[in-house]
Amino acid sequence: MKAFEHYAPDSIEGLLEMLKSKPNVKLIAGGTDLLLQMKQGTAQPETVISLKNVEELCGFSVSKNGYRLGAGMTLRGITRSNELTQNFPGLVYAAGVVASEQIRTLATLGGNICNASPSADMVPPLIALDAVVQLVSNQGQRDLSLSEFFKGPGESILKSGEIMHSIFLPHPSGNMIYSKHAPRKFMDLAVVGVAVRLAKKKGKINEARVALGAVGPVPFRAEKTEALLAGQALTTELMLEAGEMAAGECVPIDDIRGSAWYRKRMVKVHVRRNLEALR
Amino acid sequence: MKKIISFTVNGAKQELYLDTRKTLLKMLREDLELMGVHLGCGGGDCGACTVLLNGEPVTSCLVLAVDCEGAEITTVEGVQQNSELHPLQQSMIEKGGIQCGFCTPGMVMNSLALLRENPQPTEVEVRQALSGNLCRCTGYAKIVEAVLDTGKTMTNSEEV
Repeated sequence: MKAFEHYAPDSIEGLLEMLKSKPNVKLIAGGTDLLLQMKQGTAQPETVISLKNVEELCGFSVSKNGYRLGAGMTLRGITRSNELTQNFPGLVYAAGVVASEQIRTLATLGGNICNASPSADMVPPLIALDAVVQLVSNQGQRDLSLSEFFKGPGESILKSGEIMHSIFLPHPSGNMIYSKHAPRKFMDLAVVGVAVRLAKKKGKINEARVALGAVGPVPFRAEKTEALLAGQALTTELMLEAGEMAAGECVPIDDIRGSAWYRKRMVKVHVRRNLEALR
Repeated sequence: MKKIISFTVNGAKQELYLDTRKTLLKMLREDLELMGVHLGCGGGDCGACTVLLNGEPVTSCLVLAVDCEGAEITTVEGVQQNSELHPLQQSMIEKGGIQCGFCTPGMVMNSLALLRENPQPTEVEVRQALSGNLCRCTGYAKIVEAVLDTGKTMTNSEEV
């Protein structure tokens, strides 16, 4: 590992200042991805800035419009929150199937997003919940929909000098379910991750969200499938059709965890199953 | 590059001048000679290096020591009280949860974190909590049995 300077500022302002002035910076929150990259030599920062002491990034707050989750919230913290479990059970479930207890103690929500892995478990549920991420820099802040955040595997629209501050979730309408397909329930990356949210009105689907992970260069919304579902009554035929359509919308690759063919099949199964569970 | 860092390990205050690259695992083994912290995979997959950081289990191979300023760290060396084995350690011996022993400290630390939060876990809860700890000897059955048995014999969570 290459030698680096380590800083742990205790305010956002201090952090943003350092981010601008120090050479070749990497931010460390949980470190469960970054330290691996540094050990393997794929990341060689000269400066490591820890987010641990920036209190503003931890915890969550609730307002009339919804919840704001700090990017520094740990996945363990999310799974231990009764309030989040009550309001976002699907999201808390997703946090609980990431890696292991030990990793969830360290890993953060913001880290899971900013690492920009196509298989990140927190991302499809957040997209299905219409999450808006708040990014801050010395120039100010910008809010954008999480589905616009990713550019490719490991790449996001985060600019240099900018950090993810928090994730805003509107009060959810309808229920959201996340399912992860992996050989082991824990300690495995998702072969396929499927989040579905349905809001219903008078027996018909009012609003549908279908967000898919690990079946394309970035997690994304299956918009054709959402359009197919919207306005319809949830029949068995429709569920089958939606599964088929979602499989058609994904562009997976063959890799060590599964073939593209298999991933499409699993998307079909999981979309249908999640719809069934939401019936 | 080096940095001064202070924290508490097994109840004792420590202040060290450390290379920023040093992981919590290496610091515990090399600087404090706590050899119960085992290096297995070095990538957060095997759990052999599990210690408690502010009471919560972490894989110490994925933590920078310099990120532990002010933290309270407990290793397996800090588990026994008044030179008596902790009931969980005793139970691991009695139930045959130890064979080669390499995974044992990690298993004990993670199980301890579970029992403190949930003194009487179900078998499923134990297995889920220990899914980040690999054991290549026992087949897990006896380890799970040891944790369940500790939960049964210790009624007061304070004792854990």
